[in-house]
Amino acid sequence: MAQINPKLGDVAANMALYEAGIREAAGQDVDLVVFPELSLTGYFLRDMVPDVAVRLASPEMERLKALSREVSLVAGLVLESEDHRFYNAAVYLEAGEVGHIHRKVYLPTYGMFDEQRYFARGDRLRAFDTRYGRLVLLICEDLWHPSTIYLAALDGALTILCPSSSPLRGVTDGADQDDNARYWELITRSYAETFGMFVVHSNRVGFEDGVGFWGGSGILDPFGHTVCKAGYYDEAFVAGEVSHEVARRKRTRAPLMRDEDMDLTIRELERIRRE
Amino acid sequence: MIPTNVSLMRRILVAFIRNEVRKVGLERVVVGLSGGVDSSLSALLAAEALGPDQVLGIMMPYKTSSAESLEHARLVVEKSGIRSAVVDITAQIDAYFEAFPDADPRRRGNKMARERMTILYDHSARWDALVAGTSNKTELLLGYGTLHGDMASALNPLGDLYKTQVWALGEAVGVPEVVIEKKPSADLWEGQTDEAELGFSYREVDELLYLMVDQRYGRAELIDAGFAADFVDDIARRIMTSQFKRRLPVIAKVSHRTIDRDFRYSRDWGK
Repeated sequence: MAQINPKLGDVAANMALYEAGIREAAGQDVDLVVFPELSLTGYFLRDMVPDVAVRLASPEMERLKALSREVSLVAGLVLESEDHRFYNAAVYLEAGEVGHIHRKVYLPTYGMFDEQRYFARGDRLRAFDTRYGRLVLLICEDLWHPSTIYLAALDGALTILCPSSSPLRGVTDGADQDDNARYWELITRSYAETFGMFVVHSNRVGFEDGVGFWGGSGILDPFGHTVCKAGYYDEAFVAGEVSHEVARRKRTRAPLMRDEDMDLTIRELERIRRE
Repeated sequence: MIPTNVSLMRRILVAFIRNEVRKVGLERVVVGLSGGVDSSLSALLAAEALGPDQVLGIMMPYKTSSAESLEHARLVVEKSGIRSAVVDITAQIDAYFEAFPDADPRRRGNKMARERMTILYDHSARWDALVAGTSNKTELLLGYGTLHGDMASALNPLGDLYKTQVWALGEAVGVPEVVIEKKPSADLWEGQTDEAELGFSYREVDELLYLMVDQRYGRAELIDAGFAADFVDDIARRIMTSQFKRRLPVIAKVSHRTIDRDFRYSRDWGK
């Protein structure tokens, strides 16, 4: 996880951060680097969205593909479609090719957030195969909807890659970090343990217009144990192992996804929708 | 209860100052030192974020300002090791009001606050610095400040902290005890205190504001929580009628793209 502090609206400067992250990863023999949500562009883009958007054929995408020949990566960027919709997207790249694109499904538009004003909503959620096993990409708020993790688990993903730009907020007494970080750590740990999956969370740091991002990136294993963890609020590069043996042991001990009754869920969902 | 997690607030605010100042390519801030707890805290946080050498505290007394205010500001300078300057504003204030001798204390107070603002901004240009603000959340919500005067700044580390939190954090970062203990005052006339002028104590109103604003309690819930109906209504009205102080001037919409309505960019655009 490259816990970086991107410049708002400066793609060239942020591409340099990506290059540095890839160099760092190569130096540490890391296979895959996850960059945070919208880390190629910055987060509170507002009217800048069309100015920083990239297309599949853009030179920036070629640059990312080239970087992925060295180390696989997840990029967080604004993706423009052929019919000029702008998506908050995470792109998985491996061996010089785009392996998968996830367009953020749940665009927060409340409180301090305004994403639906600027972005089109993604309409699919798919696990995908890579040289590191079957993965799923979920961007920030996507993870706040447990249905996304449930679908990913049924779709066979063993690892959730979650790029985020999660703002710090809520100071409470007796906590070492803000209330939003506390909540994230609660749900990621629950998801990892409940679904028997690895959760790889890559969150940014820095400030935009006074809003700070809390960092704290890390990996949780299917037992809910911390594999690695970056500090809060400061830039960091942190790496850990995603081991299929660990997932196997957890799923042998508690084969919950094996026993999951998908037909029951579908029947009841259809009934709920009907009623 | 208002949270006063001083170690976390300190960490966030120091990182905020460092980030927001450096991203515009600067290293320094200028802050007006009144001798009160808000400006003392702002200066100390800036010193921690950027180094005391990168902070200039300016004391701007008027002839009626209390000697104690200047003394307390000097204490903060000594304690923090920041740079300092004194710019007396008596001459320009008196020259102006010679033409308007009937001006009431409100007009005089606002004029002084705006005079001080121009001095801070001039020094920020002179010294390649940003002006750090000192208005806390209580004052901002109540509208208890001068628009374009003490409310003006480039970045404000205290704007989301209630006065109660300012006191707690001030104590933690080393604001001199005498500054924390004294009654808050705009020091516009002898013996003036904020709480006498406002008609309630900061601790009392902070508890109400915290529930009303942060926790979004409704009127009935606030009364149930033990606040007098008149007090709740008075504070709600103060917040509403001072909204203009927390916004840019209204612009008449003519085009398809009007600044801040459908021309929307973050302040940190490109930074």
